[in-house]
Amino acid sequence: MSYTVVIPGPLRELAGGRSEVRLDGHADSIRDALALLGNDYPKVRDRIVTELGEVRPHVNIFIDGDSFRDVGGLSAPVRNGAEILILPAVSGG
Amino acid sequence: MPVTHNIKPESGDVLLLVGTMKGAFILRADESRKKWEMGGPYFPGSAVYGMAYDGRFGRQRIWAGPASMHWGALLRSSDDFGATWTDPSVANVKFPEGTEAALKNIWQIVPGRDSEADTLYCGVEPAALFKSTDAGDSWNLVEGLWNHPQRPKWQPGGGGLCMHTILLDPADASRIRVAISTAGMYVTEDGGETWRPSNKGVRADFLPDKHPEFGQCVHKVAQSKVRPDRMYLQNHWGLYRTDDRGETWEDIANGVPSDFGFAVGIHPTNPDTAWIVPLESDGFRCTPEGKLRVYKTENAGKKWKPMTKGLPQEDAYETVLRDAMAVDSLDPVGVYFGTRNGKLFGSHDEGKRWSEIADGLPAVVSVKVAHIS
Repeated sequence: MSYTVVIPGPLRELAGGRSEVRLDGHADSIRDALALLGNDYPKVRDRIVTELGEVRPHVNIFIDGDSFRDVGGLSAPVRNGAEILILPAVSGG
Repeated sequence: MPVTHNIKPESGDVLLLVGTMKGAFILRADESRKKWEMGGPYFPGSAVYGMAYDGRFGRQRIWAGPASMHWGALLRSSDDFGATWTDPSVANVKFPEGTEAALKNIWQIVPGRDSEADTLYCGVEPAALFKSTDAGDSWNLVEGLWNHPQRPKWQPGGGGLCMHTILLDPADASRIRVAISTAGMYVTEDGGETWRPSNKGVRADFLPDKHPEFGQCVHKVAQSKVRPDRMYLQNHWGLYRTDDRGETWEDIANGVPSDFGFAVGIHPTNPDTAWIVPLESDGFRCTPEGKLRVYKTENAGKKWKPMTKGLPQEDAYETVLRDAMAVDSLDPVGVYFGTRNGKLFGSHDEGKRWSEIADGLPAVVSVKVAHIS
């Protein structure tokens, strides 16, 4: 199984300059997918997720267009081939 | 992103490290401290509450703790006055598993004593003390304080539940005093293994018991390096001095327009001299009467005098936050402060005359000063 993660501009340097990365492995949920991301790109995951494993409050993650918070939170399912879009929320700066 | 201007300080220069809600700035001047050159912004968009200069053992290292609203807080350092910064692969200050806590902000960075070349401390939100003994490469939670039985009763203040003050006793290597809003002060006398509250005489107007063992909203504490028994404390209502290393605190709000405020600075060699910036009240945290006045005591708080020459005395509704005042070690002593309205002021003659160093900065939350050897 594989998933595509779209990396936001501010974090691309931490992903070797990539705007998209492919994750290979098995993920039942976005929590699992973030763990896969952490295996290949630990710096990116560290900026998205706190020590408690929670997505930082001003970070949004969309799974095939749906906010993960609307479809089960960290338990939200991800299908094989899903697009996982990471975006900073409209705050800060 | 904005263009960042870098500065090139030289030996003998004075450095101002200015943390704001939208990045950090580094300023330099020669020892006359009359003309300042500014570098920055560094970490644009991130709040920088904690900054420090580590000049121990030939280092010329600046520390900063930028906190991005989106991506969290990191501790970073520069050995070239801001031209380049370390970029840790993952957050270097982290709560360990089992604490059920996540780092929100780095409030305070303090290099260890001169005898401890590679020791650093930082105070964070949620309130905790971290220590590094390898020059900042790795950090460990000081568990003696984290596991204190009173910690579950600590409450956040307006700035969150933060550790904002770390005082390494100049004469006793095993003694550290920290201050937390809103928990009050805690002291260790065994290098951090055990801690006890130390707030005797300090009011907590917002609690039913006005003099609890802990729970005060201490805003800032300054300790004399030459007479460590002497400290000054600006409280959330209340201005205090101790002459017994913090065992008891005496009210010294004599001749000030308000005993509410945040910042306090102490003279490096004269423990009878200190500076504060009173604010109207907790409900209106601005300078009283629209006058920006630094108050100075030269007799340990028996009397405070306004120092206003060069400061706006009309329609100046300014706020100087707890870490936004710094005192240098030159002769005569320089005093510096920044405001929430983005102004930066300095005096190179102990407060007699002030000049505006910068205007239009983002809200200033911290000002630190260093003299480059």
